[in-house]
Amino acid sequence: MIVPQPRPKLARTFLILGVAVVLILALVSVTIGAYDLAIAELLDVKNLRANLVLLVSRVPRTIAIILVGMSMGVAGMLMQMLSRNKFVSPSTAGTLEAASLGILVVTMFAPNSSVFFKILISSLFALAGTALLLAILRRVPLRSPLVVPLLGIMLGGVIAAFTTFLAYRYNFLQSLAAWTNGDFSRVLRGRYELLWLSGGLTLLAYIAADRFTVAGMGEAFTKNLGVNYGRIVALGLTIVSLITAVNVVTVGAIPFIGLVVPNVVSMLIGDNVRRAIPWLAVFGAGFVLACDILGRTLRYPFEIPIGTVIGFVGGALFLAMLLRRSSRVG
Amino acid sequence: MSASAIQPARPTRRRWGRFAPSTSLVILALLAAGVVVLFMTLEARGSWSFIIPFRGRKVLGMALVGTSIAASTVMFQTITNNRILTPSIMGFDALYMLIQTCLVFFLGSNRLLQIGVNTKFAVEVTIMMGFSAVLYYFLFVVGQRSLHLLVLVGIVFGLMIRSFTNLLQRVMDPTEFAVLQDLGFASFNSIDRNLLMISSVVLIVVLVGMWRMRYTLDLLALGREMAINLGVNYQRSVMIVLGATTALVAVSTALVGPITFFGLLVANLAYALVRSYRHGVIIVAAALLAIITLVGGQMILERVFSFDTSLSVIVEFVGGLVFIYLLVKGVVR
Repeated sequence: MIVPQPRPKLARTFLILGVAVVLILALVSVTIGAYDLAIAELLDVKNLRANLVLLVSRVPRTIAIILVGMSMGVAGMLMQMLSRNKFVSPSTAGTLEAASLGILVVTMFAPNSSVFFKILISSLFALAGTALLLAILRRVPLRSPLVVPLLGIMLGGVIAAFTTFLAYRYNFLQSLAAWTNGDFSRVLRGRYELLWLSGGLTLLAYIAADRFTVAGMGEAFTKNLGVNYGRIVALGLTIVSLITAVNVVTVGAIPFIGLVVPNVVSMLIGDNVRRAIPWLAVFGAGFVLACDILGRTLRYPFEIPIGTVIGFVGGALFLAMLLRRSSRVG
Repeated sequence: MSASAIQPARPTRRRWGRFAPSTSLVILALLAAGVVVLFMTLEARGSWSFIIPFRGRKVLGMALVGTSIAASTVMFQTITNNRILTPSIMGFDALYMLIQTCLVFFLGSNRLLQIGVNTKFAVEVTIMMGFSAVLYYFLFVVGQRSLHLLVLVGIVFGLMIRSFTNLLQRVMDPTEFAVLQDLGFASFNSIDRNLLMISSVVLIVVLVGMWRMRYTLDLLALGREMAINLGVNYQRSVMIVLGATTALVAVSTALVGPITFFGLLVANLAYALVRSYRHGVIIVAAALLAIITLVGGQMILERVFSFDTSLSVIVEFVGGLVFIYLLVKGVVR
């Protein structure tokens, strides 16, 4: 994809501007909630109650949102580079659904296992689900790039139906609802720290960024450069599945972030992963923050879960993308 | 896209069609009759004067809905010249849930009970008919560009509507939500007797009308140019068939609730089992398969799983697999 590259200096200015917007959104996010916190109140160290609300609930929540937005954006980009298709993401490749199935299986068979074990199993399922889709794609002669998300969404639907069936049969339907629809309201101090893990994975993706850029140019090209293609794909998919699993376990599945954010970034600055990751982080965090603020203010003091808000907003953006692209791609 | 959606029988390669179409139909009819008889009699305790109307109503509902969905899917696929699109996949089901939610949300469950089942039914059917106009616009304007795009747009649109429905449900009163929850899964156990009567009349009238058009449908399957060449009033026929499809889908969805992949499942089974291009054969085969699946499935659920799984979840699972198979096999061109 040829994209007019903005001049580096200008790009940096925009990036800094983006960071500033995210910081402002984060500040707004901290002040919203059933307990009224004014900004002046926050600065008052002696106000114990305000401090408690701030440190136990608000700040962890905002950090969680930023981490989820960043990591899901990057995970989506990695998937798009590895599959060489702009419409592949955790929510359009069965990854999210497979991760949910994994958690259900752990909860059924080993309810007392540690969170890390749950994440491990869940990410193994996510890996298997994504690998299954890639295996199917390898076998199918692709007639249109749109077949890929179609297959992925359907595969996700089948996995979700199977999960619902299991949950329904063994009375886990209610616990299932907790991780199939993303929700930041249960984020509290002590219950979100795992998300730092996905922050670390995002950093790992940044370190290995150039490999993914190369892999995005195709298998033959990658091998020609003397790079081990299989290993890059394995690394990328592992990062993606771990990020997905961590996010699903801690806040629940949130659709479309990994789809919408990388596509916007790709349109703006192209497919160089190293250059894209900071932008992905900024856009991802900003997008989720904005949607979360929307969900919390729409029906104040109650809140609408983020999975639902993004399901609607992200779906609309995806539709717009589809119809816009189709006038060119067909 | 001049190739027809329904391939004519090829005598050299008979994988499924080891029987002549008429033989297959007889076998299917016998199977369907057997399933219905089993459903009526299995573990029947108590007086027949109770069992026959009680189970008979369920069977009648399933047979009607099954036939309508099967017939409408086959007709829809003939008109749109593909085997993977069905009205439900295009977002009809999601819309049904949205209408339910909006009704409860804006009127409240009390008012909803006051306005009565019939009015509610009429409102649902009207809105769904209106929606189909938008759908068909997309079908013939966007669909000419790319079928894949159309399917994807339909699915994403469905996901979006589902999220929006969820959003409304979150905002609504918990007691109201409990009323809604029952409406979300397709159910043959709670069919209203009065509605069954009205819907039966509507569905049977439409089905008979379509049955009389079966030869026209055979011609429409050849594609637009060929059909016009053979003397079909193309525009008019397509409009009539689409209108009938909409009526069938809207009424049957409003009657029992959404079953997204059901039409896809039985239509494609029918294409595979009877390798015939004649709609007189295919529609009947699909309808019989629908009855076998619904009545048989319900029976297995009630007797084997002792009722703790929803039939629609299973249909969703199997139907999704069929959909993936169709995509992988490249039935979509």
